[in-house]
Amino acid sequence: MTSRRGRSNPTPVTVVTASLVVAAVCVLPLLVVAVKAFDIGWGPAWDLLWRPRVGELLRNTASLVVLTVSLTTGLGIAAAWLVERTSLPGAKFWRVLMVCPLAVPAFVNSYAWVTVRPDLQGLGGAVLVTTLSYFPFVFLPVAAVLRGLDQSLEDSARSLGLGPWRSFFRAVLPQLRPAALGGMLLVSLHLLSEFGVLAMLRFPTFTTAILEQFQVAFSNSAGSLLAVVLIALCLGLLTAELLLRGTIRHARLGRGAARRALPARLGLWTAPALIGMGALTVLALGVPLGSLVYWFRAGSGGLTESAFDPAELVTTLWGTLRLALIAGVVTVVAAFPVAWLIARRRTWLSVLVERATYVASSLPGVVIALALVTLSVRYARPVYQTSVVLVAAYAILFIPRAMVSIRAAMAHAPEELTEAARALGDGPFRAFVRVLVPLTAPGALAGFAMVFIATSTELTATLLLAPTGTQTLATAFWSASESIDYAGAAPYAAALVLVSAPLTYLLLRRPDEEPAL
Amino acid sequence: MTTLRISGVAASYDGRPVLHGLDLVVPSGTTSAILGASGCGKTTLLRVVAGFQPADEGIVQLGDRTVAGPGVWVAPEKRGIGYVAQEGNLFPHLSVGANVSYGLPRHARRAGERVGELLELVGLSPDLAARRPDQLSGGQQQRVALARALARRPTVVLLDEPFSSLDAGLRSSTREAVAQALAHEDVTVVLVTHDQAEALSFADQVAIMHDGRFSQVGAPSEVYSTPADRHAAAFLGDAVFLRGTADVGEGPDGADGAVVNTALGRLVVHQPAPAGTVDVLIRPEQILLRDMAPGIPCAEVLSTTYFGHDALVALRLQADHTVVTARVNGSDVPHTGSIVGLSVVGEARAFEHQG
Repeated sequence: MTSRRGRSNPTPVTVVTASLVVAAVCVLPLLVVAVKAFDIGWGPAWDLLWRPRVGELLRNTASLVVLTVSLTTGLGIAAAWLVERTSLPGAKFWRVLMVCPLAVPAFVNSYAWVTVRPDLQGLGGAVLVTTLSYFPFVFLPVAAVLRGLDQSLEDSARSLGLGPWRSFFRAVLPQLRPAALGGMLLVSLHLLSEFGVLAMLRFPTFTTAILEQFQVAFSNSAGSLLAVVLIALCLGLLTAELLLRGTIRHARLGRGAARRALPARLGLWTAPALIGMGALTVLALGVPLGSLVYWFRAGSGGLTESAFDPAELVTTLWGTLRLALIAGVVTVVAAFPVAWLIARRRTWLSVLVERATYVASSLPGVVIALALVTLSVRYARPVYQTSVVLVAAYAILFIPRAMVSIRAAMAHAPEELTEAARALGDGPFRAFVRVLVPLTAPGALAGFAMVFIATSTELTATLLLAPTGTQTLATAFWSASESIDYAGAAPYAAALVLVSAPLTYLLLRRPDEEPAL
Repeated sequence: MTTLRISGVAASYDGRPVLHGLDLVVPSGTTSAILGASGCGKTTLLRVVAGFQPADEGIVQLGDRTVAGPGVWVAPEKRGIGYVAQEGNLFPHLSVGANVSYGLPRHARRAGERVGELLELVGLSPDLAARRPDQLSGGQQQRVALARALARRPTVVLLDEPFSSLDAGLRSSTREAVAQALAHEDVTVVLVTHDQAEALSFADQVAIMHDGRFSQVGAPSEVYSTPADRHAAAFLGDAVFLRGTADVGEGPDGADGAVVNTALGRLVVHQPAPAGTVDVLIRPEQILLRDMAPGIPCAEVLSTTYFGHDALVALRLQADHTVVTARVNGSDVPHTGSIVGLSVVGEARAFEHQG
């Protein structure tokens, strides 16, 4: 009997209420920006938008997205295929190396590249740095699909009369489409919200322009309008991905363990493949690590002047970790009811709540931050310029990372187990504490770690929202590198990389699950 | 000791009504099996009784206590029911011992009271208490699930297809162990199953469910030999249907009563029986193969299906070329193509003829 899922069980009101509150908080920034832009009125809005400057921003943003997404897709799929489906020597080792670039925040990567090539600026530099920072977003999901792919599908295609190449294109490639599209969407959204890299390489896009507007003049109709354009771009990308992905599920039909595929023999191509993978590793990992070492030696050797103060690093590190801890706990607690609702009650309401949280978090940090500033200034003056607003921004930005992990963990705690506990005398709350909490704890912990790392390395929203005097590793790094104190920035960059390092482990831990970034 | 009373219960699944006014009484200390095909609503009924799902209408009573009814809904943890699900649903994060003692008060859990005793009750070694559920076989998991349910001394135990996920050999041994443990505890038991042999062998009373209604409730031998309708007849085992004409008078053995004339001769039918043209149900084991003799019906052996202990023989009757099936002893299987004589033992069951 497959029809025994307890969908007729009443849904707890508390869970629904909590989920609705979370969804409402998540979409609030969107509404604020929209209302603010609407207040400007059509005439002035038109004048503000119809300027050569906006055209330039649009052109810059579009060319960056098109070029970087194409490059990351090509690199990601090629690397994933080499690692997962060929006889490439040391595949396990390469798999880790291909994920490691995610532990280097993109703005640290740009700092490293400026060290190597001080003249690196504009579109070319932006594409280079973002490609090297973001190609793992395509690599990870595509590699997961390639690894899980059932050889028997290719076998079936062969037995239906297709040659090896045609069966690859008609049986394997279509199955990569959802994963590749997901990765491409992730890269595009990151590009739309990227600030650090582009500011450092002097390549203006909507995000950098909004931040500039905000820093120049606090009351920012122009900034809000630019934010609306940015939101429209994000929503356009989300819709495009949804339409391209289609509704077809590419899950395996039928029971039984999937048969692992036989690796393709590289033969004479082994050496070029190894050289290619090695070059990619050097560019994506070697350059940032090498630059860090260079600046450390320059700083400690007294070759450059630096305002670096070790005591300040310790204070900043401690402050950052404390902030990340709070943000992680808040986000996991907020994500739990939503994850429960999505995993257990697939209704239009739960889908709506899920989409609301995803859309909000796919907006650039700068938009969320701007909206929260407006909100707190107008309606919640006491929390303006406090960590409360900052933590709220982190939670809105990173809630999907926690949610995906908790949702996956819910699969290990089917509702039947809660029912079993109820039949054994537990009330709803006791059953929750004794069954659901211990069974979902690993997932919640992984989600917490993801949010913790993301928070510790967040730059854009932190720059806008951090209370005066509060520094995080990211903002301290930023102010040092903005004042060209590269040696003084190095310890902060190193700390950022160290804090992010566990991300590699987290993402490789359950290699068959789709990562949430 | 608690009698379970279900009166006029209606319930829906996913907004679609699946139970339509069910009545059932499971007398205290007895076992009832609810038998039905997948999707007939039998699991929904069990979930209503357990309290996992509300009933749209009707009353559920445990002894004198109404646990579900108009304006009444007792939470599952307050019903004092033991529930064993299809997959056992052991808590994967707890040891076997902690699973068994899950429902006991905290001090009893700490002391590990009753765990060994309960494991022995279901035929398992107390040494298993330290194991993890995933280190047990499917049959062992089901026994642990029963031990866990029995720990709180429930008066009513609900079993939701507890043996269906086990393979054939394990199924009968687990069923045996479960039946013994339940008999020892003297509880009222409801078993939901789609396996007719399981229902007939396990229960004191069998309720056949079809499309959210009970088509028949009765003792196993009664529902098997005198099914209420053609559906129940076919569901409970292999069935042979013959066209016949009702008659009154002397049966083949000289007994008086209702008889029908069929291609297999004059058969005594269970009373009351309809008049006129009827469909007659005979079980394959009621048809006996014998030597040909004048005046007895005979048939050609079309094919045989050998099972070891017995065999099914497909026969074409010479009278009207109807094909019937007989069950014969495995050591005595006729050759395909041979002509055999036939006789029928026991009562047949007549239903109104369906065109």
